[in-house]
Amino acid sequence: MTDTIIDIDRVTKRYGSHTVLQDLCFSVRPGEKLALIGPSGSGKTTILRTLMTLETIESGTIRIDGEPLFQMERNGSLVPADEAHLHRMRTKIGMVFQLFNLFPHKCVLDNVTLAPMLTKGVRKADAERRAMELLDLVGLADKARAMPAQLSGGQKQRVAIARALALQPRIMLFDEVTSALDPELVEEVLSVMRMLGSTTDMTMLLVTHEMSFAHDFADRVLFFDRGRIVEEGPPDVLFTNPTHERTQAFLKKIIAAGQRI
Amino acid sequence: MADWAGYLGLMLDGALVTAKLTVLGCALALPAAFLAGLGRLSRHSTVRALSVAYIEFFRGTSIFVQLFWAYFVLPLIGVTLTPLQAGVLALGLNVGAYGAEVVRAAVQSIGREQHEACIALNLTRWQSLRHVLLPQAAVVMVPTFCNNAIELLKATSVVSLISLSDLTFQAQVVRSQTGSTALPFLTVLVIYFAYASLISAGMKALERRMTRGLDGLRT
Amino acid sequence: MEWDWEFVREIMPMLLDGLRITLLATLLGSILAAAAGLGFALLRRSKNRAVTRITGFVVEFIRGTPLLVQLYFLFYVLPELGLLLSPLTAGVVGLGLHYATYTSEVFRAGIDNTPRGQWEAAKACNLTPYQTWRHVILPQAIPPMIPALANYFVAMFKETPLLSAITVIELMSEARGVANSNYRYLEPMTMVGVLFLCISLIAVPALHLLERRFRPPR
Ligand SMILES: Nc1ncnc2c1ncn2[C@@H]1O[C@H](COP(=O)(O)OP(=O)(O)OP(=O)(O)O)[C@@H](O)[C@H]1O
Ligand SMILES: [Mg+2]
Repeated sequence: MTDTIIDIDRVTKRYGSHTVLQDLCFSVRPGEKLALIGPSGSGKTTILRTLMTLETIESGTIRIDGEPLFQMERNGSLVPADEAHLHRMRTKIGMVFQLFNLFPHKCVLDNVTLAPMLTKGVRKADAERRAMELLDLVGLADKARAMPAQLSGGQKQRVAIARALALQPRIMLFDEVTSALDPELVEEVLSVMRMLGSTTDMTMLLVTHEMSFAHDFADRVLFFDRGRIVEEGPPDVLFTNPTHERTQAFLKKIIAAGQRI
Repeated sequence: MADWAGYLGLMLDGALVTAKLTVLGCALALPAAFLAGLGRLSRHSTVRALSVAYIEFFRGTSIFVQLFWAYFVLPLIGVTLTPLQAGVLALGLNVGAYGAEVVRAAVQSIGREQHEACIALNLTRWQSLRHVLLPQAAVVMVPTFCNNAIELLKATSVVSLISLSDLTFQAQVVRSQTGSTALPFLTVLVIYFAYASLISAGMKALERRMTRGLDGLRT
Repeated sequence: MEWDWEFVREIMPMLLDGLRITLLATLLGSILAAAAGLGFALLRRSKNRAVTRITGFVVEFIRGTPLLVQLYFLFYVLPELGLLLSPLTAGVVGLGLHYATYTSEVFRAGIDNTPRGQWEAAKACNLTPYQTWRHVILPQAIPPMIPALANYFVAMFKETPLLSAITVIELMSEARGVANSNYRYLEPMTMVGVLFLCISLIAVPALHLLERRFRPPR
């Protein structure tokens, strides 16, 4: 019935009196690669965190696969979602954090196998076989027994990606996954993401300040400012021919800072 | 002034009772600490209130008062305890209340980003606690638990006042029978100190084992 | 056994008398614990390795052994050495020395937390070591320690019932006295608990207040 996998309708989010997302509307098609860009504090992280149910919203609706995220149907009417509903909705979504958030007390392999074993009841041997495939995919098969503290930032982030992939989500959220990395480690993470983008039909939303990566990677770019989408379009259009003055000003600043687009 | 061997035997009997009290007290204190400490972090307000009441009550009144209450007042409501049982109950619940705060603080010291990673991986609250938060918090708890265990060891001496023949009690017996004062008290002080050092060494070893692999991570 | 309010009213004056002694012992013990704790902390920073070692061992030993046995030691052994202390004095000395081993840690941490630059500035101003401690280091180090010190004084208060074992007539021994002579334990023991709880509950907000008042900047 729908050809959208994520449907965000007039979502408003406040912290106290500070409105962070204001009547936000957009939708995402299955398999689409979406880049979210915009100045600091414009609400990009907040919308990803909300999709991951790490935040709640004041009004509006978010639908995943046509089903409300924060509400559920009971006796023909919508009521606030309970833990079981959120649990079911979260199986569709995975997230990679800016600061990796690996479990420091577990080795790389256990970081990847923990959630499949606990949430899906996957047997240990199967979980480990699958985890090794994923670690191989991100180029870290030889680090399976290392502890997170022994890895570089880029390696940690690739483990975090493998960990999220292990749950086979249909939607993946990436929040500035390279901005905590040393410049020379950025490329190893971006190349993993490029590979994911071209070989899977996962829906991917990424917040980034790497404009040239957003340009190559995304099917569509959303420009955020003060909790709203000011402008959106295919990267070729939005980056080369922005119509809105705030987008123009933002891109000008980025170029002035020395980035290529 | 005879029979030093006999008096030494008395002391060793007392040392055994003290060891037993300490071990049993810790065995009660540990689960009490986890139950009440995690209870304080519960989503259910009744569980939280019960935990706070337990913690504040046992930390607010003296261990000494609790012991006397357990030994002299509980029988009045039909619960008669041996001195050993009363001692274990009072010591375990008292130190458990202090331990509960250690558990709570340790769990709360784990950063928010670990909770969020658990949610993003769709773990339930219990799974997050069991597999991610508690194993990390445990490392933080061990040094303070060590102090708590030593406090419990020291507190066992008060059971001598309800005539349980622990180390302190036996020192008094020897004093009254021999008239010698310095020797019995110095002996038991040294034994207590040896016990305390043993607990410290054990906990240090445990801590070393638990922090293996985490090196360079705690900032 | 029924709760008897009449009996409670009868024994309250005696219990309050005992409470006075309890509070007095806590106060004097606290003063001694603060002074001796600072002494231990300074000795542990001595340049003389033997002094540091011995102080360290004494502190560890006192902290690793029960206050009750230490009280017995003071009460029974010192008179044999010709040092006759009243029970209350022995009790205060025991409490003070025992808790000094805790407060010395507080002092040590507080002193260690004073920035290196302060020592160097004092040296640059040509202050003597005594002047440095008296006018530069301690005035900065002590206020942030006050909440932690107060915490130990409250803990000490809860251990004062041990003084009854060396015949100090404080709250607990008053209670045991009336309990034994009336064969009623319920009311005296419970009232002792209530009194302790009351004072502890008063102490909780007082401690919070201290914490806020003396929270180190930063
Ligand atoms: N927990 C919070 N409490 C209060 N305000 C918050 C909180 N988290 C975020 N904010 C505010 O919400 C606004 C949007 O934050 P958000 O993190 O979504 O921005 P962003 O677009 O991701 O910015 P950046 O590019 O710097 O990551 C900011 O003004 C921020 O200060
Ligand atoms: Mg952000």
